[in-house]
Formats: sequence, structure tokens, C-alpha cells
Amino acid sequence: MTEYIIRRVLQALLVLMVMTLLVFFGVNVIGNPVYIFASSECDQACLTAIIKDLGLDQPIWRQYLTFVGNLIQGDMGKSFTHGVPALHLIFERLPATLELAFCALLMALVIGLPLGIYAGLKPQTWAAKLIMSFSTVAFSLPVFWIGIIMILTFSVQLGWMPSVGRGDTVALGRVHLSLFTLDGLHHLAMPAFTLSLIMMAMVIRLARAGMREVMFTDYIKFARASGVPERRILGVHALKNILIPIVTVLGMEFGGVIAFAVVVESIFSWPGVGKMLIDAIGVLDRPLIVAYLICVVFMFVTLNLLIDILYSLLDPRIRLGGGRA
Amino acid sequence: MKQWITGALCAAMMTAAPVVAEEVLTIGVRSEASSLDPHWTQLSADVQVHEHIFEKLVALDSASQPIPGLAVSWQALDDTTWEFKLREGVKWHDGEDFTADDVLFTFDRLKAGISGAPASPAFQLDKGGKVWTKVDDLTIHITTDGPYPTVAEDLAMLPILAEHAAKGAVESVDFNSGKATIGTGPFKYDTFTPGAGVTVVKNPDWWGGDVEWDKVVFRPVTQDASRLAALLNGDVDIIDYPPTVDLPQLQENPEFTVSTIPSDRLIYLMPGYKHVERFITDNDGNVMVPNPMRDWRVRKALSLAINREAIRDRIMGGASLPAKNIVPPGFFGYVEGLEADAYDPAVAQALLAEAGYADGFRLTLHGPNDRYINDGRILEAVAQMWTRVGITTEVDAMPRNIFFSRLIRGDELSMPGFDVPEFSMSLTGWGTVAGEATYTVSGTLETYNAATGGGNGNFGRYSNPEIDARSVLAKRTVDSEKRLALLQEAIRIGMDDYAYIPLHFQVNNWAMRAGLTHQPRTNERTLATEISRVD
Repeated sequence: MTEYIIRRVLQALLVLMVMTLLVFFGVNVIGNPVYIFASSECDQACLTAIIKDLGLDQPIWRQYLTFVGNLIQGDMGKSFTHGVPALHLIFERLPATLELAFCALLMALVIGLPLGIYAGLKPQTWAAKLIMSFSTVAFSLPVFWIGIIMILTFSVQLGWMPSVGRGDTVALGRVHLSLFTLDGLHHLAMPAFTLSLIMMAMVIRLARAGMREVMFTDYIKFARASGVPERRILGVHALKNILIPIVTVLGMEFGGVIAFAVVVESIFSWPGVGKMLIDAIGVLDRPLIVAYLICVVFMFVTLNLLIDILYSLLDPRIRLGGGRA
Repeated sequence: MKQWITGALCAAMMTAAPVVAEEVLTIGVRSEASSLDPHWTQLSADVQVHEHIFEKLVALDSASQPIPGLAVSWQALDDTTWEFKLREGVKWHDGEDFTADDVLFTFDRLKAGISGAPASPAFQLDKGGKVWTKVDDLTIHITTDGPYPTVAEDLAMLPILAEHAAKGAVESVDFNSGKATIGTGPFKYDTFTPGAGVTVVKNPDWWGGDVEWDKVVFRPVTQDASRLAALLNGDVDIIDYPPTVDLPQLQENPEFTVSTIPSDRLIYLMPGYKHVERFITDNDGNVMVPNPMRDWRVRKALSLAINREAIRDRIMGGASLPAKNIVPPGFFGYVEGLEADAYDPAVAQALLAEAGYADGFRLTLHGPNDRYINDGRILEAVAQMWTRVGITTEVDAMPRNIFFSRLIRGDELSMPGFDVPEFSMSLTGWGTVAGEATYTVSGTLETYNAATGGGNGNFGRYSNPEIDARSVLAKRTVDSEKRLALLQEAIRIGMDDYAYIPLHFQVNNWAMRAGLTHQPRTNERTLATEISRVD
């Protein structure tokens, strides 16, 4: 186990290095941020001074070495746009994105799993067909469109829901969460639901397919024959087996939802990190882009590790690191 | 829950004694403030928030003309010395007195440079080689290294900080937290939550009089459709940049009001003047020598081939002012009687034939697609109009983060300090933030000169000695009547020569719920002091 985790961490470091190299040189090729920021009245001398101040006059490899040197000391640089340490900006906004993604995941499971199981058990009923068409629609409609339609329906026409932003927050130490206020939940509902749709559709499909397969296996038949109550067969024997693909897919999807919830965040003006990333790319705010992507890589690596551990809990036959039997 | 309780409490109190409800104004803004350090950026999304908290020596009225701010008056004692008299009795938000020392501190902070800030207004202080001295507690002298007329306009870009609060403050960070955010303005810092907005509260002791709003919330809503939805359902009271396609419906809807004013931002097409231009070819794809853009008849033909009214009505939702002037009406330097070219494709074709291009040629039109209002669609429309008179035009639109680097320093011959622009024809904009045309003429019409800063926005590399003479002289003429004459002559010469092809001034719109009035500003900023209740 320890050896496995160490190997994982080393892999992650390699990924990090490749990623910072790509971003560094990529952003450099796109253009010079100073031309976007500086006032049109800023003349050549003024431009040159700014470029020098930001260190952009150095050859790119030297800029990269400086960056790596600072990174080792835990300094990811200061955002060009905000003038605040990049890491600070990210952690300020991460709770908003995390709570959005977490609620979306919860909704996907709570709504998606029972629907999928039902559709798998009774595939011929009209309700099952309805559920499956819902999942197709949720898959295929663009999130952007759904978000706007939800705002138009529930905020503008019916006036039930607030259209933008985050509600009242409660401070837990330095972290502000809106999960624990009514106003916060009220604001959270629509964006979280919109974000959950694709995951929900996926859960429904996986649960249905899994159920259809599992219900015909020998061990279920055997359990039935030996008189295990139906509820226990479904809730324990079947569920445990269909959960493995769901955990894999959701795990991967969840990382994506956190890292790139951009569309939902911009439609609902949710003050999360995704929107910040897009703004940073728009003005080539390199320190912020790099710092953010480092965090994302870190998060994906951690998530994958967690999924692997979760596997071994769900299915004792799976051994981490392909351990010697 | 909290709101219900407050609501219930308020209701209970109402029955007991008449209590005036808190007046809150929520503004839905397209871009959020990135920092509350007013020396960190001068992007308009930031400046409009700063202006509620901080003030400048010189303020700008709604047509961007200088008016007294923290200075009550100013005058040129001679060609190189300016005297600014400071306002008496002004208090900082924490009760300390405002004095000349605060002004000196502010200028010294800017002089030292704001490290790491790519958009700082600090360069405004360097222009003209300004040196400042305190004469007494309420008088400041500013000397320049030569005759320099626009000292007041430059100072209108520089917010004054409190020495006792901002001394030793960490750039940006201490201002975002509120620690150093002590100003003299109509509102005080309340909260700043990145991504979620800024809240400011009334400064009851403001020298400028009573402030109508107890609290103002700036709430960023980037998406146009979402911002409009937030206005429609009452989440915000007023929004900037309502989507132009929705303007007609908003104007007809009795529940909403729209305020409108031409902005200081000119949108124009800039031809490249190099001997050979990479993106101009004949119909067989061969590079043309000489570059046809160097013939003014071709440039005039291109201007006449554009139907500016159609762009205004079909693309801009009516929100543009077709132009030939380079600063909007009411600005110092506006030339009366310089009217936008009327659409005349027949004359355009005749001019092309006269210049020897009866069969037309090929051209690539470059421009941004996320910088100016409807920029991508304008590019396509112009390309179609030019193609119709025989100049086969291709559009290459790109995000601004790519566009501006290529526009300014895109050519392979570019070297640091010797920029060679890439595009042969590009769509750009120029905002005359200072409210007067000296730097617009110098920046866009003067010959490019890296040493003097002349023509720093002249990416086509247009060069005309008649304009240069007037522009250079204007920059050194303190007498405003003489300067105005020089600027107007330069503009007339440049526009008669079609140095570039003006399209229109953007028109700024705000949409608000009925019951509010708003005095719109040319410089696109939304100020709560200019919004009031009428219901």
C-alpha cells in the first residue's frame, strides 16, 4: 500500500512538471499579457518598463527556472490581474466550487441511483422508458441552454428562485460555506441541479445496465433460492456490484466537474474557481493559470487514489498495486 | 432565514416607530473589480468601484471634462508650473484630515512604481516629467520639463490615498481586505468577496453633500443573458452593457428604463501602410507592390463602401453613433461638421477604378471577437460590404489575448523596442479617457516614434508630416484655444486623408428598473451617485 502510494506521488510529480512546462511555453506563444493590460496611452518606454518589471523580458527558459525555484519554496507567484498570491485566490474561491460540485454529485446519486435501479429492474414499464428518455435528454442538451432556460422559467417567469450569485454564507474558520443557510441553499439549488444533470444521466444508465446484468447472475439466483429477502438481495448483493463502474465514472467525472464547472459558474455567476480560470486565460494571467492547473493535477491524482482505495473496499478481490497473491 | 428574521424585526419596529428603510442599490456589472488598490489597475471595471471610495484631485463630469475634485482650482502659473489649490475641511473615512502630505505620499508611491502591476496608472505621472512640491497645507505646485498642457487631465487618473492608512500597505492585498482602503469618497469600504462582488456603505460626512444610497452592491454577472435575467427578476436594480439585441424590448417595456450616451470609444479600421503588406494580394494571390492602401482614393473607397447605418440598426441594436470625428461630441477637439461618410458603393467603385483597381484585390481583415461590442459581427458585415465593391475580404477574428500581441508586435521583423505590427487591415478601438483629443491625435495619427511616444497606437504606421507638426506643437501648447485649433486642424487633415477609417462611437447603455434615473457617463463607468430614485 505505502509503496503504491509513493509510486503514485512520483508519477504525479512527473505530470506536474510536464504540465507546467506546457502551460509556461503555451501561454508564452499565445501572446504578451502586457499588451492586454496596459492603457492605450502607455507608450513604448512605459510598455518596456512593465515588461521588465514582470520579468517577461527574460528568455522563457530563465523565466521557467525562476518559477520552479520559487515553486520549491512554496511560492506560486502573484496574479497579474489581482496582485494577490495566486494560491490565495484559488483557496478563496475553491469552497464555492467544491460545495457546488459536491451538491451536484449528491443530487446525481440520490436521484439517479433509485431511478436507474428501477429502470433496470422493470425495463418494460412506461416509467422506465420515461426515465431513460430523461437520461438521454440530460446527456444531449447543452448545459448552457438548460441553465438559461431554468433561469428564465424559475427566476424570471415564476420568480421562485434567485437568478445569480451565492447566498448568505457561514464562516467555518476561514472557509465560507453557503450550505448551512436557507438563503444559501436557495441559491445553490438551480446551479447544482444543472451541474448534476450529466452525472445523473450517467448514473441512471450505469445503474440500469448493471442491474440488468447482475440480476441474472448465479449468485443472485442462489441467494433467492436460499430465501434471502428480496430487499437484501437488491440492497446488498446487487448494489455492491453495480457500484464499481459507477464509482469509477463518477470519480473521473467529479474531478472534471470541480476543475471545469466553468459554464455553470458563468451562467449563474457562481463565484467559483472555474470562472476565475477562464478570466485568467482571457488576459493571459500566467501565474494564476499555472497555479490553478497545479492544483487541478494534484486534485486528480488524489481523487484517483481515493477511487482505487474505495474499489478495494467495495470489492475485496481487487488488490492495490496488483499485490502478489 | 436571516432575511426573514430581519424582515420580521423590521416589521415589528415599523409598528412601534417610523423607521426609514435602508436604501440599497444593487448594480449588476459585466466585469468584476480585480483589486481595490486604485493604483494597481486602471481598467474601467476596477476604476468604477474605486471612484466610490477614492477621489482624485481632478474629477471628470459625465462628458469626461475636468471639474474640481479634491482640488478646488488649478491654473498654469507659467508654461511649466501648475498650482493646485486643495479643498479645505475634507476628512478621510476614518476621520483624519486630508492634507497636501497625502497628495505627496500618493505621488511618491506611484513614482516608486507598483511592482507587478501591468495596468497601473503610474505612467500618467511620468508624462511631461512632472515634479511636485508642497507650498502649504492646501497648495501644491507641479512643474513639468517643458510646456505641458494636460496636467489636470493626467491627475484625473490618479486616486489620492491616505498617507496614514496606506503607508507600508501591501499592494492590492491590504486594499482588498479593507485595511488600507481609506478614501475621501462618497462611500466607504464594506466588503470585497472576489467573484461575488463589492459592497460599499454611505459616507455621511462626504464633502460633496448627501448621498442617497445607504449601501451599494456591485455584483458581477459576466454572461449577458444572465445579467439581463437578474434585472428582469429583480435580483439587481441596474445593469451595465445590456445585450444590444434586447434593447428594443427593454425600451418598450414600461417596467424598465434604458439610459444612453455616446461613449468615448471610437471603433475604426486601420490600414497597414508598409510598402508591402502581407495580407493584401491581387486576385491571383500575389503580393501587391505598391500596397494599394497607400493610395488615399482606395482608403476613401473603403470608407464609402461601408453602410454605417445598417451596422447601427442591424447589428448594434441602434447603439452606435456613425462617425468621422475621432472624439465624441462635447469633447475637447471635436470638429463640428465632420460628418460620417454616407454609404455610396457606386462612388467607391469609381474611386477604385480611378486608382487603377477596377478589378479589385484581396484583403484579410483582422480583429478581436471578445473586446468591443459585437466586434465579430461588425467584422463580417464590413467584409461583405467591401466584397460587394470588388475587394474580396476575408475575416480573421480572434480572442483579444491573441489579437493585441499580433497587432502590436506580430511581424517576424519585430524586435524588442522596435515593434513591427502584423496586420494589413484591422478593427480596433480607441477610448479618449481624458476627455480631450491631444493624446488621441498623438496616439493614432502621429508618426510612430518609440522615443517620444508619438503614434503609440498607430499600428498601421501612417505618417504625415503636416499632422506631426501640429500634434507635436499641440502637446506643448498650454493655451487651450491655440491647442484646440491645432488639434482640430490635425484631425481634419487626417480624416480628409483617410488615415484610418472611423466606423462609429460605441453607445453606452444601462438598463434599470422603472423608478430609477441615471445620468449616463461617456467613460462607461457606473457611479451610484449618478443614480437616484424617483418613485
